[in-house]
Amino acid sequence: MADVVARDLRVPVAGRQLSLQKFARRKSTIAFLMALPLIAIVACLVVYPAIYSIHLATLNKSMQHFVGLGNFEFLFRRNTFWMVVEQSLLFAVTAVIFKAVVGFIVAHFVHNLPAQGQRKWRGMLLIPWVIPPAMSTLAWLWLFDPSYSAFNWIFAHLGMPGVAWLGNPYWARFCVILVNVWVGSPFFMIMYLAALKSVPEQLHEAAAIDGANWLQKIWYINLPMMRNIIQITALFSLIVTFANFDIVKILTNGGPVDQTHVFATWAFTLAIWGNDIPLGASVSLFMAPILAVAAFFILRNVRRRGNEA
Amino acid sequence: MTMSTATAEVTTGQLDRVRHGSISRGRRKALFWSYFFLILFVIFFLTPPVYMFITSLKSSAEISAATNPWWVYHATLSNYIDLLTQNQFLIFFRNSAIVSVCVVSITMVVSILAAFALARMRFWGSATLATGVFLTYLIPESLLFIPLFKTFAYIHDTTGIELINHWWVLIILYPTLTVPFATWLMIGYFSSIPKELDEAALIDGAGYLQMLTRIFIPVAIPGIIAAMIFSFTVSWANFLYPLAFTTSADQLVLPVGIVTTLIRGDVYAWGQIMTGALLGAAPPLIIYAFLMDYYISGLTAGATKG
Amino acid sequence: MAQVALRNIVKTFDRTPAVQGINLDIADREFIVLVGPSGCGKSTTLRMIAGLEEATSGEIYIGDQLVNDVPPKDRDIAMVFQNYALYPHMTVFENMSFGLRLKKFPKAEIKERVQAAARILDITNLLDRRPKQLSGGQRQRVAMGRAIVRNPKVFLFDEPLSNLDAKLRVQMRTEIKKIHQTVTTTTVYVTHDQVEAMTLADRVVIMNAGRIDQIGSPHEVYHQPKTQFVAGFIGSPTMNMLPCRLVENGSGLTVRLSDWLSFPVPSSRTARYRPHLGKELTFGLRPEHIIEERANVPPGAAAFDARLDVVEPMGMETMVYFIVDGVEVCGRVNPAAAGKVGGSMRLVADLNQMHLIDPRTESVI
Repeated sequence: MADVVARDLRVPVAGRQLSLQKFARRKSTIAFLMALPLIAIVACLVVYPAIYSIHLATLNKSMQHFVGLGNFEFLFRRNTFWMVVEQSLLFAVTAVIFKAVVGFIVAHFVHNLPAQGQRKWRGMLLIPWVIPPAMSTLAWLWLFDPSYSAFNWIFAHLGMPGVAWLGNPYWARFCVILVNVWVGSPFFMIMYLAALKSVPEQLHEAAAIDGANWLQKIWYINLPMMRNIIQITALFSLIVTFANFDIVKILTNGGPVDQTHVFATWAFTLAIWGNDIPLGASVSLFMAPILAVAAFFILRNVRRRGNEA
Repeated sequence: MTMSTATAEVTTGQLDRVRHGSISRGRRKALFWSYFFLILFVIFFLTPPVYMFITSLKSSAEISAATNPWWVYHATLSNYIDLLTQNQFLIFFRNSAIVSVCVVSITMVVSILAAFALARMRFWGSATLATGVFLTYLIPESLLFIPLFKTFAYIHDTTGIELINHWWVLIILYPTLTVPFATWLMIGYFSSIPKELDEAALIDGAGYLQMLTRIFIPVAIPGIIAAMIFSFTVSWANFLYPLAFTTSADQLVLPVGIVTTLIRGDVYAWGQIMTGALLGAAPPLIIYAFLMDYYISGLTAGATKG
Repeated sequence: MAQVALRNIVKTFDRTPAVQGINLDIADREFIVLVGPSGCGKSTTLRMIAGLEEATSGEIYIGDQLVNDVPPKDRDIAMVFQNYALYPHMTVFENMSFGLRLKKFPKAEIKERVQAAARILDITNLLDRRPKQLSGGQRQRVAMGRAIVRNPKVFLFDEPLSNLDAKLRVQMRTEIKKIHQTVTTTTVYVTHDQVEAMTLADRVVIMNAGRIDQIGSPHEVYHQPKTQFVAGFIGSPTMNMLPCRLVENGSGLTVRLSDWLSFPVPSSRTARYRPHLGKELTFGLRPEHIIEERANVPPGAAAFDARLDVVEPMGMETMVYFIVDGVEVCGRVNPAAAGKVGGSMRLVADLNQMHLIDPRTESVI
C-alpha cells in the first residue's frame, strides 16, 4: 500500500491526476460489482415480472391478441371481483387494527414485568409468528373442522350450539381474520415492546410527579413517542396482510361461495386452475395501487424517523 | 401556627384510611393483572400448536371416535413413525432442507456484498438503489408469481429448459423474498461500525475484501446470524411459489407436500396431518428456541435502526 | 410551601443498604443541599422524598402529612432531573403546562402561570419550541419552569447542573440562587459538587455511605467539620492531612509532624487536646492556611522552611507543594512570593485553623 502511494507521488502532475482518478473510479466500480448480484436478482425476478404482468394483463386468454383494458372491463362487470375487493380490504384493515391493538396491549403487559421474567413470556408469545403460517393454518383448519371442531366440542359441553365455522360465510370471514390476527400480533408486540423500551423511564417519573396515572402516561407519553413505529408497523402489516395467500388458501380456499377470496387467492385460481393467465395478472395488479400508497407512506415515515433520530 | 395544627388534624384523619406499603401494593396489583392477562394471551397464542401436538399423538381411530379432543387417551407414536419412515415425507423434508440451505447461502453472499457496497462505498445511484431495494420488499409474491409462471413457460417453449415442476427452481426464486430484507438488515449493522475502523485497517494495509472479511463480518456477526435465521425461516415456510411451480409429489417442499398429499379429497387423515404440520414447524421452532435473541433482534432491527 | 421531615429512613436494595438511618428536618422555605460522593445515598434519599422509591423503613413527612404511602402525583412536589426529562414531543409551553393540564386547570390560569414562570426564567421567547431545538442551558430552564409552574410544596433537584459545561454551570448556579430568592419554595438539592453545595445552600447535609456525617451551614461545615470525611470533602483543594503526634512542650503542646517539622498548638486548644497526648493522630490544615511570609502574620501562626517539590501557577495565586515524611502538602501563596522548584521557601501556617482528627473514630477533636 505504501509503495503504491510513494510511486504515485513520484509520477508527474498530469499523470498523478490520472492515476488518482482511476483509483476513485476503481473504488466505485468495485462497489458496483459487489452490488451487482443484488441488482441482478431484483431486476430479473422483481422488476421485470412486475412490468411483464402489466403487459400480460392486456392480453386475451390464449395470450395471442392484445385486448387493452378488456380484461379489466370484464372484471368490473363480475360480481365476484367486487366481492374480492371488499373482502381483501375488509380482512386487511380489520386484521391490522386488531393486530395493532393486541400487540399494543400485550407489549405493555410484558413491559410491566420484572426484566428477567420478560424474556420467557416474550419467547412464548412470539411462537405464532415463528411457526410457518401454512402449518398453523392447518391446525386452525382442524380446530374449525365441521364435524370434529374442538371448539364446538367445548360449546356442546357448555350447552351452546356448535358453529359452522368455515361453512357459514360470515363465520368464515371471522375465522380468516382471526387466524390473521393470531399469526401477526406477535410481530406487533415485539416491535411495540422495542419501541416502549426506548421511551426513557425518567419521562414516566416526571409524568408521575406531574400527576399522571397509568392511563394518562400511556396516552400522553407512550403513544406519542411510539407514533412513528406504530405507523410503520401498521403500514408494513397492511401490505403483507393485503397480499396474503397462505391463510385464505388453506383455510377456506376462497369459499364458501367465494366469500373469503382475496386478490392473491383469486388470481391463483384464475391463472393456475382456470388457465387464464392474463385475467389472473389483471386481478393481482389491482393490488398495486394500494400497495404503492402504503409504500409511499412507509418511506416517508422511515425517512422522518431517520431525521428525528 | 393554627393553620399547621389544623392541617395536621385533617391529615391524621386521612392517615387512618391510608395504610403503610400501599405504593408497593399498587405495584403488586398491576403485576397481578399483567400476569393474569398475559396468561390469557398465552393460552390464545399457544392453543393451536398445543392442539397440533395433542392430535399428533392420537390414532385415527381415536380421532374419529370423537372423544375429548383436548386430551389423549391412548397416546401413540404411530403417526410419527409412519411419516418418518414413509419415503414421501422424507423427500419433502429433504427438498425443503436443500432449498433452504442453498437459499440462505446465496442470500448471505449477495446481501453482505451489496450491503458493504451500499453502506460504505459511494457510487453513483447507491442511495436510490438502497431505497429501491427496500421498496422491492414491498412487492408481494402474489403479484409476481403469475408473470414468473408465464416466463418459465416461455423459456421452456423456446429453450426446452423445464423450470416448472422442479424443486430447485425455488432456489432461484426464493432469494427475491430474502435478499431485500437481509440486505437492509446488513446495511443497518454495517453502518453502525465506526468509520475509524475502516481507516485504521486501510493504514494497516488492508484491501476492501480484507476489510470485509476480517473486520466487518466478524463485528456484524449478530446481524449475520439474524439475517440467516430470517432467510431460513422465509424459505422454509414459503407456500405460494412452491404451490404454483411444483406439482409432482417428489418435487414438493414440506409445506405444500403436507397440505396437498395428506389432504386427499375429503378423507382427512388428521393425525398424520397434524404430525406432519408439527414436524414441518419444527426446524424454525428449534432455531427459534436456541437463537431467540438473534431472531428478535433481526425483527426489531427496523424499529431501532430506523 | 412546607417543611420536610425524614425520620430514621432506611433503604435497602436487595440486601445492599443504600441509606442507613437518615434523620433530617428541613424548615419551610429552606434551601437544603445533600452533598456527597457517588453512591452515598443522596439521590436515593431525594427519590424517596419524591415517592419514586419506597423507603424500606422510616417515615417521610411533607408538611405535616405522612407521605410514605402517597404516590408521587399526590405529594404536590416538583422535580428537576439531571437529564431534564422534557417531553420531546411537546412544545416548551406544553411541557410546562402538562401538570396543570392533567389537573384540568382553566386555560387562562395555565397561560398566566406559564408566562409568569417563563418571565422569571427568561424563556418567554422559547415557548413554542421543541426540546430538541434548545441548548442544554435552555432545557434546564424549561425543566425548572415546569417545576415552578406547579407551585408545589417542595422543589427537588437531582444533580441538575451535572450535564452542563463548566462555564454554564457557574452561570446557572447563580440563576438558581436568584430564583430561590424570588420563588421561596422549600428546596432539596442533590449534588456531588461541594462548590455548588457551599454557594447555594442555607444548610449543607454531607452524606457518606448512606449516613449523614454532618448538617450545618456552609460556614459551619467549612470551619468546624465534625468528621475526617467532612473535613476532606469540603474545600478545594482538599485539606492537607498528615499523621502526627502530640508532645508535651513546657506548659503547652506541640504537634510533631516529622523530624524537621513541628507546630505549637494554640493555647486556646491546649485543654481540649491534652487528653490525646501521645496518641497517633491526624493533623489537618487547609492549603489556604499555609501562606507565604508577609507583614501582618496572624497570631498563632508558625513559620517554617520547606523545599518545594511542585509549583503550580494558577494566575491569581500559586500552589506550592512540599513533602513531609512522604506525604505531599499543599499551600497557597502569592505568585510574587513563590519560590522555585527544588528551592527552599519560607511558609507560614495559621494554626488557629488547624484540626486534629482521631484516626480510629475518624472524628475531629
